[in-house]
Amino acid sequence: MLDIQKRVREEAKKLLASKKVDLVIGFEEGTLPLRASPTFIYDENEVERLIWNSFCENNLAKYLVGLDGKKIGIIAKGCDTRSIVALIAEKQITREKITIIGLPCQGMLDRRKIQKAIDGEITSVSEDKEKILLKGDGFEKTLVRNEYLYPSCIVCKYRNPVIFDVLIGEKVTDKVEIDEYVEVSEYEKKSAEERWEYFTKEISKCIRCYACRQACPMCYCEECFVDSSHPKWIEKGLDLTDIAIWHITRAYHQTGRCVDCGSCERACPMEINLRFLTKKINKDVKELFNFETGLNLEVQPPLATFKLNDRQDFIK
Amino acid sequence: MKNWEPKILAFLCNWCSYAGADLAGTSRIQYPPNVRVIRVPCSGRINPMFILKALQEGIDGVLVSGCHPGDCHYTSGNYLARRKFAIIKRLLEYIGIEEGRVQFSWVSAAEGTKFAQVIEEVTEDVKKLGPAKKLVKNKRV
Repeated sequence: MLDIQKRVREEAKKLLASKKVDLVIGFEEGTLPLRASPTFIYDENEVERLIWNSFCENNLAKYLVGLDGKKIGIIAKGCDTRSIVALIAEKQITREKITIIGLPCQGMLDRRKIQKAIDGEITSVSEDKEKILLKGDGFEKTLVRNEYLYPSCIVCKYRNPVIFDVLIGEKVTDKVEIDEYVEVSEYEKKSAEERWEYFTKEISKCIRCYACRQACPMCYCEECFVDSSHPKWIEKGLDLTDIAIWHITRAYHQTGRCVDCGSCERACPMEINLRFLTKKINKDVKELFNFETGLNLEVQPPLATFKLNDRQDFIK
Repeated sequence: MKNWEPKILAFLCNWCSYAGADLAGTSRIQYPPNVRVIRVPCSGRINPMFILKALQEGIDGVLVSGCHPGDCHYTSGNYLARRKFAIIKRLLEYIGIEEGRVQFSWVSAAEGTKFAQVIEEVTEDVKKLGPAKKLVKNKRV
């Protein structure tokens, strides 16, 4: 990890010094242990701020749309590069202006899960390939890395960057044989009543802060439908039906666009299982249109196109 | 609740299904009066928000109807709509909205009898399901 971090800094320095990019988007040390924050480096002398560890969880593709026009260097994991591909396909960003520093990813660590496994406050953390070492006031604990991955990382199929200009580190083996839709398939087997009960239980936690939207690289609309007052699609309060429509529509708008990076879920302060909706959409898109987001620049997004023989057995 | 009759909302495309409904009327074909029609330019005009909004406002069943594949006045509106409908229908059923609350059909301008038949089927299905409760705001008891 430290070796990779060093090479990230070198690469960023090189790009900035040669004026190939105006800025590099990466991660810096967060204000708390187990956290890393997105950072923007404009000056080659500041590259020492950049870090790389298992807490660099944000999908940095989020920042590209707002910075369009600048030459950007971006540090990107597998999921981030897929979002970049999706954004290019939607013509939100230009490939030529972006230099992708690709990093094969071992999966990011779930800070909440780690905190729950520990009594007391964690003050420092270090890690190697298999273990995480946590230190706090009067305790020291070692955890097995693979047991604390984010749910989205556990079922991640594409851990290597799908596009990149520079690749740092060894490629990891993609777990293509993994069944990423296990949870969705299990959920589908339940009765309609049970499903409604689970859905309402989850979304009733929602406080309508829209952190899920803010964290998502694909949520770049200038005016979101929930903010629109003319027409006022839904009301602002905590009425369950309004919350439900927010979550249904948020998921629906992700059709053929979600790469399942899990950013929405990590950003959620109420720990709502948000991926169970987007994952369902991904599954349907794969089943109905044989499409997976962000793998190929040549393929059009599924709702922007059609086939004459699309399934229509549900239409009278 | 004994005399409860479902409220059905039908979004009909201007060029085919609306004309189909018109033909059913001029041909004096009987069909359940539960349906309220909103005319839209094309089935591709249907934003899934319309469907959600209808359910939230207390509609018991929604029907979206457009031109048969190949017949779209705008060439491909119904093809694009078909993809959207497949996704939203599955998503609604996934979260627990009953199958049959939201239905789709192709009805051409010549299919007055088919229109009446579709309305009959949808009304029948929704009657079996009973009043919509799940997404309804300000439920009246």
